Amino acid sequence: MSEPRKAVVAGVNTSAPAANSLLLKTFYSDMLLIRRFDERAGQLYGMGLIGGFCHLYIGQEAVVVGMQANVGPQDQVITAYRDHGHMLACGMDPKGVMSELTGRASGYSKGKGGSMHMFSGEKRFFGGHGIVGAQVPLGTGLAFADRYQNNGGVSLTYFGDGAANQGQVYESFNMAQLWKLPVVYVIENNHYAMGTSVERSSAEPQLFKRGVSFNIPGEEVDGMDVEAVHAAGRKATEWCRSGNGPYILEMKTYRYRGHSMSDPAKYRTREEVQTMREKRDPIEHLGQKLISRGIATEDELKGLDKEIRLTVNMAAEFAIESPEPELSELFTDMVA
Amino acid sequence: MSTQILMPALSPTMEEGKLAKWLVKEGDAVKSGDILAEIETDKATMEFEAVDEGRIGKILVPEGTEGVKVNSPIAMLEGDDERSSSPSSFQGKPSSRIEFGGGDVHSAAKPLPEPLRGSTSSGKSSTGAFASGLDPQGQGGKTLTEPEVPEGTEMVTMTVREALRDAMAEEMRRDDTVFLLGEEVAQYQGAYKVSQGLLEEFGDRRVIDAPITEQGFAGLGVGAAFNGLRPIIEFMTWNFAMQAIDQIVNSAAKTRYMSGGQMHCPIVFRGPNGPASRVGAQHSQDYSAWYAHVPGLKVIAPYFAADAKGLLKAAIRDPNPIIFLENEILYGRSFPVPKLDDCVLPIGKARVIRPGAHVTIVAHSICVGLILEAAEKLAAEGIDAELIDLRTLRPLDTDTVIESVKKTNRVVTVEQGWPICSIGSEIASQVVDKAFDWLDAPPTKVTGKDVPMPYAANLEKLALPSVDDVIAAAKAVCYRA
Repeated sequence: MSEPRKAVVAGVNTSAPAANSLLLKTFYSDMLLIRRFDERAGQLYGMGLIGGFCHLYIGQEAVVVGMQANVGPQDQVITAYRDHGHMLACGMDPKGVMSELTGRASGYSKGKGGSMHMFSGEKRFFGGHGIVGAQVPLGTGLAFADRYQNNGGVSLTYFGDGAANQGQVYESFNMAQLWKLPVVYVIENNHYAMGTSVERSSAEPQLFKRGVSFNIPGEEVDGMDVEAVHAAGRKATEWCRSGNGPYILEMKTYRYRGHSMSDPAKYRTREEVQTMREKRDPIEHLGQKLISRGIATEDELKGLDKEIRLTVNMAAEFAIESPEPELSELFTDMVA
Repeated sequence: MSTQILMPALSPTMEEGKLAKWLVKEGDAVKSGDILAEIETDKATMEFEAVDEGRIGKILVPEGTEGVKVNSPIAMLEGDDERSSSPSSFQGKPSSRIEFGGGDVHSAAKPLPEPLRGSTSSGKSSTGAFASGLDPQGQGGKTLTEPEVPEGTEMVTMTVREALRDAMAEEMRRDDTVFLLGEEVAQYQGAYKVSQGLLEEFGDRRVIDAPITEQGFAGLGVGAAFNGLRPIIEFMTWNFAMQAIDQIVNSAAKTRYMSGGQMHCPIVFRGPNGPASRVGAQHSQDYSAWYAHVPGLKVIAPYFAADAKGLLKAAIRDPNPIIFLENEILYGRSFPVPKLDDCVLPIGKARVIRPGAHVTIVAHSICVGLILEAAEKLAAEGIDAELIDLRTLRPLDTDTVIESVKKTNRVVTVEQGWPICSIGSEIASQVVDKAFDWLDAPPTKVTGKDVPMPYAANLEKLALPSVDDVIAAAKAVCYRA
């Protein structure tokens, strides 16, 4: 991956302090939880225990983990349907997420939402949305409310390279800059909108430039490097919190699995995927760094993996054993 | 410890598949993410990855085997320790219940104490609402009562436009989270002058001119509602809201349900609906039936100024997404409105605006004017019509309509919308369902014609329901020539 680039709109301070050792270990553990969780979700899908659409986040873990380290309880997060990682990174309980995937009463939406539609009022995670790009005006509205109430909150609005071509994204950019709304637009460019590569769908494939005509600063970030993501995220959130308006971060990332579980992924070669896995894996990369810097030993990391597998197994077991929603739930939660 | 590797389901519909090719052999070490095999589903050839670490033991299903059932063992995986937990063990004997750690998840044992709504609480017969899907609109068994207007209350004459403006101003005075966003609502004072004076009183923090970007500002409003505000989103006309209908239906209406009741969306979408005059097909459309179709929304379409005011106030206070359908031609009409400090009307309650014995005529919005005029003429011919102003289209006050039909034994519905799947279609269905034995004539619809609105004055007139159409329909159900 080449050096990160910036859209030439605003002078933004590029220096950001490096993450400390403790934070790096947390990053590792958070990314590994997402990886193991989605691996298990894929397995449960294979067993027919998860139905419908199931979009796995495997490969993209550094993006959400690095970004979320910059937000607090006053902030909001919203994304599309590849959302399991975002929920775990927001601190939502793996049991509640997994049992929503299996459609059980103990799921975050009582089994009525599924993989693509999950929320947590407590963790300020606003979904989980199934229509490509529709979460972008919503996230802009979350930021509108922060600005209206002048409460210092920031809204992290995630969307993919596919959504970056939706008209409502630009309607949102316009209003966000017009009204100086505190929203970080995080474009997770995993290179493929389902089966169509960015080059085949986008007249301007450098998505961080998409805010230029609205005077929104944007920059490209190595989304496979959690430290780079964290540093860029800090800069962007501080920009927003200081009343400067929105900020765009284009995360160059990669998903290892298909678009959804039923995607045979014939639009790319096995070698391409294997190369990314072997050379660019965000977890592997950070693990090696932790060892070489003496922050953790190999045994420690193995022990951590064991703990995380146990957590995920317990979540899966809980999700399988929990009952389905009561039939009377069909008509609840429709209107207040 | 060894575990089974099971044949995976790799599409929502797959029940069996072909094990096309093994990419590992017995004795190979594998780790999570390694591709084990190629599997042909009903749709495509897919790669199947390992989730656990270990060594491939016995391969149970040779490559090339067709019709391998989902979840049947295809190989064994020899693990080094307990971390390669067996997926099949999940389905084994039930272990002790694992306690839930999260704070905001509703545990299975303790469902939310949300009152059960819809048909299950209305004590319907055995077919119940699960089968028929009737009345799950959220009104439940609640009895709605109109607030009493004290005797001697001064009545002031005002236009519907002023009534709507006053409703917004009163609610904005009592609640700082209420704001108005739309095209030309602030400096221009409203494209139809409904927001006149609001910018002056509330300032540009709360009365906000939006760019022409319906999908964007509708979605922004929904996000702001999720995050604690009570937006009033004005569409210059409802015709333009088709640009935003995804946000209204998919984001505003469904999110409470999809979140298991965690998310709230107190928002009002309002603006003029239905044909104005001579503006052609794209600017002359009635969306009543469109929005009344959608679970999760409430839909209001008043005629009188007092209803416009009292129902808009109720809409702004309501915790749900509201579609508030106004009418451009009605904006300038004047009606008496009680001079009360805070008159909020119940959503979901129709009103009998003229009692009668021979036929029930039902309408909403501007068509209430038509039926009032028609009733006068019918009376002169000896037909005593009972008139119902629906006021709310969802939840639909079927009870008031049914009660009236049981008295008059006849029903005519009147609306400007197209005839297919119209509000009248729904009322006819409900009447047939709930008052079939009382009917002396088929329920009859008077609607706009089934065409895009023409421009030519004579054709436009022909496309819209008229007083004469109403009179003819009323006479027909009364078997009078």
